[in-house]
Amino acid sequence: MIEALKNLKNLIVVCGHFGAGKTNFAVNLAKAKAAEGKNVTLIDLDIVNPYFRAADNTAELEAIGVKCVNPDFANTNVDIPSLPPSVMGAIEAQVREPERVTILDVGGDNGAVALGMYNRFFKDGEYDLLYVVNKYRPLTEDIPDAEFILREIEWSGRLRATGIINNSNLGEVTTAADIIDTDSWCRELAEKCSLPLVSTCAIDTLGGQLDAVPDVFYIKNATKQIF
Amino acid sequence: MAKKVLMKGNEAIAEAAIKSGCLHFFGYPITPQTEISEYMAKRMPKVGGLCLQAESEISAINMIMGAAAAGSRCLTSSSSPGISLKSEGISYIVGCDLPCVIVNVQRGGPGLGGIQPSQQDYYQATKANGHGDEHVLVLAPSSVQEMAQLTSEAFDLADIYRMPAMILADGALGQMMEPVDFDVMSKRDVPEKTWATNGTEGKRKKNIINSLLIDPVELENSVIARFKKYDEIAEKEVKYEEYKCDDADIVIVAYGITSRICKTAIAAARAKGIKVGLFRPITLWPYPKKQLGALADKAKHFLVCELNMGQMVDDVKVATECKKPVSFFGRTGGMIPSPDEVLAEIEKLAATL
Repeated sequence: MIEALKNLKNLIVVCGHFGAGKTNFAVNLAKAKAAEGKNVTLIDLDIVNPYFRAADNTAELEAIGVKCVNPDFANTNVDIPSLPPSVMGAIEAQVREPERVTILDVGGDNGAVALGMYNRFFKDGEYDLLYVVNKYRPLTEDIPDAEFILREIEWSGRLRATGIINNSNLGEVTTAADIIDTDSWCRELAEKCSLPLVSTCAIDTLGGQLDAVPDVFYIKNATKQIF
Repeated sequence: MAKKVLMKGNEAIAEAAIKSGCLHFFGYPITPQTEISEYMAKRMPKVGGLCLQAESEISAINMIMGAAAAGSRCLTSSSSPGISLKSEGISYIVGCDLPCVIVNVQRGGPGLGGIQPSQQDYYQATKANGHGDEHVLVLAPSSVQEMAQLTSEAFDLADIYRMPAMILADGALGQMMEPVDFDVMSKRDVPEKTWATNGTEGKRKKNIINSLLIDPVELENSVIARFKKYDEIAEKEVKYEEYKCDDADIVIVAYGITSRICKTAIAAARAKGIKVGLFRPITLWPYPKKQLGALADKAKHFLVCELNMGQMVDDVKVATECKKPVSFFGRTGGMIPSPDEVLAEIEKLAATL
């Protein structure tokens, strides 16, 4: 795993505009941390999206020792945005045993409201809140819009962001050039938000083509495939 | 907007509507199509349009009737149970000969059902969106790009034929993300709306929009006139895709998300030497009867694949005049078959040919 992600705090909140690729990043980060021998918990805190979500990867993650905490109704036919007590339990476990790694995959935009109720467990300097962006998503392709959504998330979740993850992609057809093209945009956004650009994600099939971009985190597509 | 964008199907519909000049969106939230409303709420104020969350689906469809009567390009969207609620309004809009676009991002039913994808509203969309002798144009996209393209075409078709056009999608298409290019959308010439109730300014006779025709002779004439229009549409506006049908012994007939699953299964079957192709109706009404029927002389078997219990089977039997056997494979209630399940069905059939 790249240094920038190794150096993250052990309590990691993954946020972003809806559809930015938070879940893909969170699932891959959980795998990478587990591969380093860490005791990892992934909490699916997405109360917004009923379809593609971290809970789709539970079987695969548990096979490599990642503990998954999912909403009661994830992957069922019920769209009730309720969170089970096990979420609170998992966050408390993180506070008790700080060497654990706990990753929270938070739903898009107003989904961050769900974070608010756990606010007392988050102490400044003891967590990282990563804002995942995809320049190719509508409504965030302008820097002021992308910053606005970040501030909305911070306000809803009552937490401060600590870094930006560039997850710009066009799905399966993404080329290395598509990603390289977004680098300067992301750096400008990071500067505007006074945050570091922690890492740039790229699908692992682009390995070797992105040497020009620093801190690339190669990920596998964790989205449920229908066809 | 940047040239390339990665969008959910629901967002692509909303953006395509705005790019097609839609200025009024009326809707009521329901999973799995709520992103259309959310997107409209964010974008409409920026383009001088209106996005209004009505108090119910029934209100929303009647607001559409008003906006359409005034000559506005307008859109409403819902998912299966919500479309049922709109059905009276849809029939009124047909009776008034008004253009509008209605989106159904289908979920599992019947009843409140579930929130996972389905194609269980095929009958409703193609045979009986509302009461009375009536039809609406039904377009079935199979990709996020088509969600955008067909939305734009739906607006043009609705205006040209003065009738509602429906985008019949499903939860998977609504939620999945693919790149979209908005530069390739088609633009057709549409007639001026001289019939619209948009104010006479003292310069012309008043226009009247009405679906109440008490005199049965007058009502019958209006229905007959409308059905002449339907014949013209059936002649001119069918859309379909043929995929590897030329040498196919088995022709799968599938639309929407199911056609994508079938294409993967077809590639796997072809690799095993089974000659199988896909006929994909893009317009479900009008149904591409002639084009599908033409395949009945060459193919040995038709396999209908849907996310329902076989609602399209009868249309395939009619189109092929039962010249060859028609069988069905599908899942329902929100379940999606994997390409492997479809492949197994193809192999089973191939063994009998």
